[in-house]
Amino acid sequence: MQTSWIPFVPPSASTLSGKVDALYFYLSGVTVFFTILISSVLIFFVIKYRRRSPYEIPRPVAGSHKLEILWSVIPFIIAMSMFAWGAQLYFQNSRPPDNAVEIYVVGKQWMWKIQHTTGQREINELHVPVGRRIKLIMTTEDVIHDFYIPAFRIKADVVPGKYTTQWFEATKPGSYHLFCAEYCGMNHSGMIGQVVVMEPTEFDNWLSGNTNQQSPAVAGQQLYQTLGCVSCHGASGEGGRGPALGGVFGRQVFLNNGQTIKADEAYIRESIVNPQAKLVNGFGPIMPTFQGQISEEQVVQILAFIKSLPAQGTQAEAPGTTPAATAPPAAGPAASPGSTNR
Amino acid sequence: MVESYTIEPEHAAAHGHAALQHHFENMEQQREASTLGMWVFLVTEIMFFGGMFLAYTLYRSKYPEAFASASNHLDLKLGAINTVVLILSSFTMAMAVYSTQVGKRRNQIISLALTLLLGATFLGIKAVEYHQKYEDNLIPGRIVPSRPFNASGVHLLPGAQPQNVEMFYWIYFAMTGMHAIHMIIGIGIIAIILFWAIRGKYGPEYHNPVEVSGLYWHFVDIVWIFLFPLLYLLGRHLEH
Amino acid sequence: MKAMESFEAPTPARINYLNATYGLKSWLLTKDHKRIALLYLGSISFFFLIGGLYAMAIRIELLTPQGDLLQSTTYNKVFTQHGIIMVFFFLIPSIPATLGNFLVPMMIGAKDLAFPRINLLSWYIYMVGGIITIYALLAGGIDTGWTFYTPFSTTFSNSYVIAAGLGIFINGFSSILTGLNFIVTIHTMRAPGMTWFRLPLFIWSHYATSLVMILGTPVIAITILLLAFERVAHIGIFDPAAGGDPVLFQHLFWFYSHPAVYIMVLPGMGVVSELIANFSRKNIFGYSFVAFSSLAIAVFGFLVWGHHLFVASQSVYAGMIFSFLSFAVAIPSAIKVFNWTATLYKASISYDTPMLYALGFIGLFTVGGMTGLFLASLATDVHLSDTYFIVAHFHYIMVGGTLLAYLGGLHYWWPKITGRMYPEGWARFSALIVFVGFNLTFLPQFVLGYMGMPRRYHVYPAEFQVLHVLSTAGASILGVGLLIPLVYLVWSMRYGKIAPANPWNLPGLEWQTSSPPPTENFELTPIVTWEAYEFAPAEETEVVGKFHNERVKKV
Repeated sequence: MQTSWIPFVPPSASTLSGKVDALYFYLSGVTVFFTILISSVLIFFVIKYRRRSPYEIPRPVAGSHKLEILWSVIPFIIAMSMFAWGAQLYFQNSRPPDNAVEIYVVGKQWMWKIQHTTGQREINELHVPVGRRIKLIMTTEDVIHDFYIPAFRIKADVVPGKYTTQWFEATKPGSYHLFCAEYCGMNHSGMIGQVVVMEPTEFDNWLSGNTNQQSPAVAGQQLYQTLGCVSCHGASGEGGRGPALGGVFGRQVFLNNGQTIKADEAYIRESIVNPQAKLVNGFGPIMPTFQGQISEEQVVQILAFIKSLPAQGTQAEAPGTTPAATAPPAAGPAASPGSTNR
Repeated sequence: MVESYTIEPEHAAAHGHAALQHHFENMEQQREASTLGMWVFLVTEIMFFGGMFLAYTLYRSKYPEAFASASNHLDLKLGAINTVVLILSSFTMAMAVYSTQVGKRRNQIISLALTLLLGATFLGIKAVEYHQKYEDNLIPGRIVPSRPFNASGVHLLPGAQPQNVEMFYWIYFAMTGMHAIHMIIGIGIIAIILFWAIRGKYGPEYHNPVEVSGLYWHFVDIVWIFLFPLLYLLGRHLEH
Repeated sequence: MKAMESFEAPTPARINYLNATYGLKSWLLTKDHKRIALLYLGSISFFFLIGGLYAMAIRIELLTPQGDLLQSTTYNKVFTQHGIIMVFFFLIPSIPATLGNFLVPMMIGAKDLAFPRINLLSWYIYMVGGIITIYALLAGGIDTGWTFYTPFSTTFSNSYVIAAGLGIFINGFSSILTGLNFIVTIHTMRAPGMTWFRLPLFIWSHYATSLVMILGTPVIAITILLLAFERVAHIGIFDPAAGGDPVLFQHLFWFYSHPAVYIMVLPGMGVVSELIANFSRKNIFGYSFVAFSSLAIAVFGFLVWGHHLFVASQSVYAGMIFSFLSFAVAIPSAIKVFNWTATLYKASISYDTPMLYALGFIGLFTVGGMTGLFLASLATDVHLSDTYFIVAHFHYIMVGGTLLAYLGGLHYWWPKITGRMYPEGWARFSALIVFVGFNLTFLPQFVLGYMGMPRRYHVYPAEFQVLHVLSTAGASILGVGLLIPLVYLVWSMRYGKIAPANPWNLPGLEWQTSSPPPTENFELTPIVTWEAYEFAPAEETEVVGKFHNERVKKV
């Protein structure tokens, strides 16, 4: 939907924004219609049936079931059309497309830290190309924040202990607002920035002009070494005293308590900060916690490194082939603060 | 609108009762109001405890092993005795209400006194249990600075984590503590009722305060009837 | 018939609830629901003034994009305290504790509420809660937003969270006790002949409100208690590092705080039903639909809290269910608006001030309700949540709805409460000013929100300034509009024209006793033989001045 000519509409710069605007205009139309309808009927009645003499007593009216049904059913139908439209649009966009480019976002009082998989890091700025699907994987170091880009009509809370995601495809080059939309303390209104949308070629130039930084995967590999992960999980994630990590991302993992879980961002993060919570079948509770010793940004880097590891075979997932442990170690609880896709 | 009403001749005896408050028409209305008032109050109590039951349910399903480990460490015997004590006290309370309604003053006073005694017994046993937790360093957080929480005394089932055991004890102390506060208030109310019962205030014509206090007392019992299995029993089968 | 004799020759000189006893003690220890209503009226007005001052500070600060008047920390405290004071200490008690307290017994023909001592206790609890909250404000303030979201409120905020939380926790019990009292009173103390379907709609809406009060308020009490435990002793249930979940707090908080919106607006709807029927001399069109829609709103209100969490990492499916239910709750409100409008058909409409407020309410509530649909709809809510659109939406409900109904009701019953008339000319003038000022304040905020201006921003991008300036200009008009009634209402208590027992010639029970009423409301228990809003038939109207004596002869 082309909206740039309408006053008081924010710039529309993503594939979603036109669709949201269309729904918004439908809702606005219905609102204006009913407001005008009710106020004009009200004004008409108030003038027409004004009290003409202090003695006048109008005839009482009993009410009408037909009318009651009419004005319950019609609003209900209109409301359901709004619900269906809004829910359908929301549902369609809740799942990020598989081929989306991932960008990591970490909120921190009061700044946004952004890492591209290619290594560029930004603070309070996000550079993206036109026409490419971008998936944001977001978390926070401290309180709840909210990553809001009005021009794309997207917004999602960033919750401690969770990964939330949202995605977009920018359609128009330009520079747009980035806001924190969940009150987060003193400098909440300073937690703002810019989203710079560039033509793909321009964006590639920008990328090549910023290559002196490590990619998160490389940074993650260094952390993997210095934090000692390597001694149990193997130099390239082939496993050992700890489960193999290569190719584990996105697969089903069998746990000690007989359940399975998808090894998504939330699970891997939990296994770093709270390793005993859900142990992979066949492994003992020997890993120390890294809670408080590692920032969310570093977790994200290790995550990127684990994602980059090549598959190592399937020993971590097949229950029959895992090395048998002598005593059955911890069985992990079931539910987790899972990541929510949006 | 021409349909007409006549004022019914008031129940003269009831109307003249000394306990009738000025804004009620008659004793019947006063009785209805106070009974309904107590029921409504108990509904708010259910919602109040409901918040804690929700937190319990949520985290129990999230950390079943830790909650089972912590639950197994509670003293089942004392908990069971307390359950029996409270059920008995509900019985004596019901007896007190009945005796008041039929005008058996001796039974009324004895039943009230027994209820009071059983309530106090419950609190005494609860105090013993709390003391055990204190000895075992299971008072959560640093409420007791000299004895910070330490789950080492609890037999941890596989998968149980100390921090979640601590969360169980938070919820345990919040729920049983809130229940104990209600017990203390209940004992206070029954003491007052007993005081007036000895002075002969309540009888077949005027027994509403006894009934309403009875409602409250039964409610506090019922809360315990839920707390006991949730806190003491669930997860016993996981004990090895 | 005897019951009606007391209605003759009412003059303020006779003994009434105001002059029955004198002295401060007679007020502070009163068990009379009417005096307690006045105690509430005074204290609520005081809190409203404080909240209003905070509102002005916010609006003046937002005149410019830079933060030049207040520092960020101060600004955060100002909007937090504006919210806390207005929601918990003004809006929630406003209509129920003043007009409801005064009128529920009178409208059903009772001498008092069922539990007069508990009623007084509720006022004291309110005051203790209020004083503790004021202490929190004076000691250094609180900066968490009125929503207290964790983990900011539990671990990161350095302000007086516990003190303010304690104030709200205590205040909650006053609301519970008021609700309990109303439910029992309405059930057990109706006068002979006052059947459920003869009850004024004001009573129905207060009944529905009371249900929400007794079911919802205990949950916020336990939530705030848990928040305080978490902050003091770090029990971990809202802390992800200890295995807890910060979003659980939002669920618990909104389980109460969404229904709390209905605690605020349902009594307003009750007032408007009274005003519309009585100032058009018509029975309400579809009485039972309006009555039951109040109950439907109260019940559905408990099922929609999740629409506050559409962007808070709630699951997609939960979001869809909550969205559906939120649309469903719009229907009973729509039914009310249509029925009010239909009541005016072939009516005899007067333009007295209360009616002006009621008409304003219908218009503004329609806008407020319809814009709620933007937020119930998932795809638009993602864009609009936590922006000025929300701010505008709930102010349309709470100021355009509740506050206008409160002012309308206050003017309508003012002669009954004080025995004096308010000055009609000034009152109409100020009603107009309030309406204009209100719209100028909050209409621009819808636009701001859609353009992406987040709420709770101290400093904002310059492109939003024009709309903010408009809004501030509107706020100053609104402020003046609200100060005028404060002056003339106080003035009229002493100098206003003496009010007759039934200045508007209405059939409601509260008008069938003198103004101000005697302590026991009615000298004899009234017997009700007419339906709600049953105006005398046309042939009896020659003696309008003795309207009710005519009615009495028919009994």
